[in-house]
Amino acid sequence: MAISTSPGVIASSEAVAPAADQPAVRIPTPAGKKKKGDGLVALAYLAPGFTGFVFFIVVPLIGSLVISLFEWPLFGSPTFIGFANYEKLFGDPTFYTVLLNTVIFAFVYTAVNLALALGVSLWLTTKLKFSGFWRVIFFLPAITPMVANALIWRLMLSQDGLLNSLLGTFGIEGASWLSDSRFALLAVITMSVWQSFGYNVIVLSAGLGGIPKEILEASRVDGTSAWNRLRFIILPMISPSLFFTMTMTMIGAFQVFVQPQILTQGGPGESTNTFVLYLYRNGFVFDKLGYASALAWILFIVVMLITALQFAGQKKWVNYDK
Amino acid sequence: MTSDTVNRPRRVKTRMRPAQRRTAVKTWANTAAIAVVALVFTFPFIWMFFTALKPEDEVFSSSPTFIGSEVRWQNFSDAWTLVPFGRFIFNGFFVSILGALLSIIVAVLSAYAFSRLRFKFRDRLFLLYVLTLVLPQEVLVVPLFIMMNKLGLVDTYAALIVPFAFTAFGTFLMRQFFLTIPLEYEEAALIDGASRFRTLWSVLLPQLTAPLSVLAVFSFIGYYNSYLWPLIVINSQDLATVPLGLSMFTGERGTQWSLMMAAATLAVIPSLIIVALLQRQLIKGVALGGFGGR
Repeated sequence: MAISTSPGVIASSEAVAPAADQPAVRIPTPAGKKKKGDGLVALAYLAPGFTGFVFFIVVPLIGSLVISLFEWPLFGSPTFIGFANYEKLFGDPTFYTVLLNTVIFAFVYTAVNLALALGVSLWLTTKLKFSGFWRVIFFLPAITPMVANALIWRLMLSQDGLLNSLLGTFGIEGASWLSDSRFALLAVITMSVWQSFGYNVIVLSAGLGGIPKEILEASRVDGTSAWNRLRFIILPMISPSLFFTMTMTMIGAFQVFVQPQILTQGGPGESTNTFVLYLYRNGFVFDKLGYASALAWILFIVVMLITALQFAGQKKWVNYDK
Repeated sequence: MTSDTVNRPRRVKTRMRPAQRRTAVKTWANTAAIAVVALVFTFPFIWMFFTALKPEDEVFSSSPTFIGSEVRWQNFSDAWTLVPFGRFIFNGFFVSILGALLSIIVAVLSAYAFSRLRFKFRDRLFLLYVLTLVLPQEVLVVPLFIMMNKLGLVDTYAALIVPFAFTAFGTFLMRQFFLTIPLEYEEAALIDGASRFRTLWSVLLPQLTAPLSVLAVFSFIGYYNSYLWPLIVINSQDLATVPLGLSMFTGERGTQWSLMMAAATLAVIPSLIIVALLQRQLIKGVALGGFGGR
């Protein structure tokens, strides 16, 4: 858009050496292009990506908002209904249930995920053989297809599955983890944490690896306790990594879909129905694309809001000066 | 570390030995502890594999064992033929390889423009790209589906590949790396009369093989594991990717757990091979960007 209307405004000399103001560094552009400048060249390089970006990201994002103002069946013609989808949504008890489920999932999952990831990555900094190998092991389920992972857990957590027969040998009668509304969401969270915390182990390990050895040595020589070293040296120094993992994990958590879809189909009742699962069902099972789009925009706003809050909160605890 | 110290002069060796041995014992105890935790952690995969080898009526048992009354390797061939699993894996690789290629081309060209060329609104446009990094892709699936439907692309490879090759992640990642390469290299090439594209291809890219492989691996995995979008846009079994094929399996043989675990094993193996071969790129990629692999 902006690029195509104003090509060649800026001389090509600025392109390769923006800082230098000496004409000597002027780079000859390839023959035949003469004085057109970077505008056209930039257009050529940017065009494929930018076209796709507009077509597959910007247009759908705005399109989603437009569609949410229609009653839009999969097949057949859409009818404009104004904000009726949103009105219906705010009167829809399932909407509040899936919102609450998703928020509970997001916060518990993120907290447990980060705690475990931090614990394991700290463990990996202690004296260990093959620490790189262990790091990869914890990362495995993050790479294998989530559908396969969830199917395995469905097998293990089923009524007469492995977990319950193991509990049985200890004389404990296990619950039906996936079809009891008291445990189903917990089961979904547990499986999800297992699946992805290894990802954050790697991010945090990179953060921990960035702490200068001398600082830790010095504090050890000074006789600082391990707890104080963690609390006053390590945590502040990896706070940027912590903030990053927390934000990204939270954003990912609001998009949870595969785990409830495969493990519990959102049930029993609506007890593990999540935002994206409800969105998917409205759009592609109940044939209400307009309503699904209204849900999508609410999801978009919620995620942006939570992310903005996290960015606002980071001033209090994230320490960027090294 | 220990072999070094053993070969040192005797005086040093005797003095250091007890303390060192204590450290060594501690290290091995620590290693044993994490090995146990890792074993528990990977147990679901182990259980998947052993379940895949059991006769169906022994999958659930009040006193579970790893090996059933017989080891049924034919579960794997049964799973392979019951649904066209080879086809799913082919589709998965086909879509993921083309998707990764397209993502890389788009990312490299855009990143070159954002880091090496000057044009109006460049930085504002880049900011817009960066903002979409936190955009949940689920927000886009309804309009994308309607677009695919209008274009007659529902139930095609193109619908699986094209819409998700333009995410800002690749452009963002590659731009970061372009910015680390000094301009002098290209200036020399450009003054010698090389075209910009030539410069990009033979001067810049050879220095960027590491981030390129990171991007390739993460795009591949993103495509290979994607589930929601294929579930929406693909109807026919012939075009199903691995996760979609697995879930179709659930529908068809909902209760045949041994075959399902055989299928899950087949689905997981390519990922395990990727991890084994490319762990350096994976670790680097996560540590760098962390956005990858959706």
